[in-house]
Amino acid sequence: MWLSKSSVGRKVVMSVTGLFLILFVTFHVLMNAVAIISPSGYNAVCHFLGANWYALAGTLVLAAGFVIHIILSIIITLQNKKARGNDAYDVNKRPKNVEWASQNMLALGIIVVCFIVVHLIQFWYRMQWQELNGTEFGEINPANGVAFLDLAFSQWYTLVIYLIGFAALWFHMTHGFWSAFQSLGTNNNTWMPRLRCTATIWATIVCILFAVEGVVFTLRANCPECKAAQECVNANCGDAEPCTTVENCNAECK
Amino acid sequence: MDKNISFKLKVWRQAGPKEKGNFETYEMQDIPGDTSFLEMLDILNEQLVDKGEEPIVFDHDCREGICGMCSLYVNGHPHGPATGATTCQLYMRRFNDGDTITVEPWRSAAFPVIKDLMVDRNAFDKIQQAGGYISFNCGGAQDANAIPISKVDADEAMDAAACIGCGACVAACKNGSAMLFVSAKVSQFAVLPQGKIEAVKRVKAMVRKMDELGFGNCTNTGACAAECPKNISLNNIARLNREFICAKFKD
Repeated sequence: MWLSKSSVGRKVVMSVTGLFLILFVTFHVLMNAVAIISPSGYNAVCHFLGANWYALAGTLVLAAGFVIHIILSIIITLQNKKARGNDAYDVNKRPKNVEWASQNMLALGIIVVCFIVVHLIQFWYRMQWQELNGTEFGEINPANGVAFLDLAFSQWYTLVIYLIGFAALWFHMTHGFWSAFQSLGTNNNTWMPRLRCTATIWATIVCILFAVEGVVFTLRANCPECKAAQECVNANCGDAEPCTTVENCNAECK
Repeated sequence: MDKNISFKLKVWRQAGPKEKGNFETYEMQDIPGDTSFLEMLDILNEQLVDKGEEPIVFDHDCREGICGMCSLYVNGHPHGPATGATTCQLYMRRFNDGDTITVEPWRSAAFPVIKDLMVDRNAFDKIQQAGGYISFNCGGAQDANAIPISKVDADEAMDAAACIGCGACVAACKNGSAMLFVSAKVSQFAVLPQGKIEAVKRVKAMVRKMDELGFGNCTNTGACAAECPKNISLNNIARLNREFICAKFKD
């Protein structure tokens, strides 16, 4: 299979999975934005993406995208290290016009993966996984996304880890975006500056939005009033689906 | 007139392909600024021969930037700190009095060191032999303007053909990838009607040979194009990818 045997083919696989993951993070950041605008709407999204067949199928495809992208990146890096030879340069300078990110994609990727592990433990394991098992984490309804946001972001270190993850993601995406089009052969002298510009704008919007969301969730999770409201929602609604907003304690449950 | 400079030269010495190499330091005194880098090495070699020591081995031929024989990784850059120029076009006026100049060979698994600063770049010849040519029957050459070619395509092909095959791209690449070289050699034919006939076969054969010889995977850092003495564009790598992917889909 030329996709795994040739160097160009391997890069095609990296590009396709990478572009898929860019689309995923873009969807993810928009989904998070719902939690700022409408917490009840966010819970509806969480319910929609629970243990349904379509959500599970989507999760499997997504997981496959991640696994292929990560494993192939490690294989490519090992091959490249071998191709570089045993003797390193004594003096080696990064030429002008060469992005720092482009030469540190593996390190940036590892930081992003570490962040994803923390993120999966804090959310996926407590939500979709529990729903799949028919259990609950800390007696919270798996579809009550807002409650899990409060739980995770009430810890000070959560925001720090997330901001580091987003910074690494920004660098990774600014290079990965245009590099994917280059590897797919859909690039030329006219499109190079356009793609690089789009890459920077896209990555900046996604990462700033992620960071803003993290800060808002942290503020909410650490404001006593909001907490009391959330507890009120939890107490009133119990296992029922909460359809109230965090701000409005007296709203009803379904 | 440029003024004379004195500096320290830190040179990689390696007795043979299998020997262990190390850096030797030489003091250079009063070298005129209009001495080329290779002439400076000639001066050093004469001094070494006079002292009965082994001269430094390095590749060179035309000394006017067109043959692609000279190499040398000078102060962290292939062909030295100058851009768009080969080592033989590098002059000592670029350096300052009291500098330490580090000179290393190309370092890549596919370019093993033969001796000192000389590396074996036969791998490039093997890639060329795999498909870097066009086949035609001998006989009288037809009129150059018989086949219409647009100015844009002619320029693109000519810019790609400027590649001298020196290997600076492989030396500069953290992945030891030969993509810029191969893409230039594919592009110089791919945009011309004469080259289109064997285009599919050519790109597949050259990429296969490149992978076989142990060059790395391109990760689009762009260090190759930034250090290329002939300013070969990254555009060519996108074209190589495009040609290769299309060729594979045709199978």
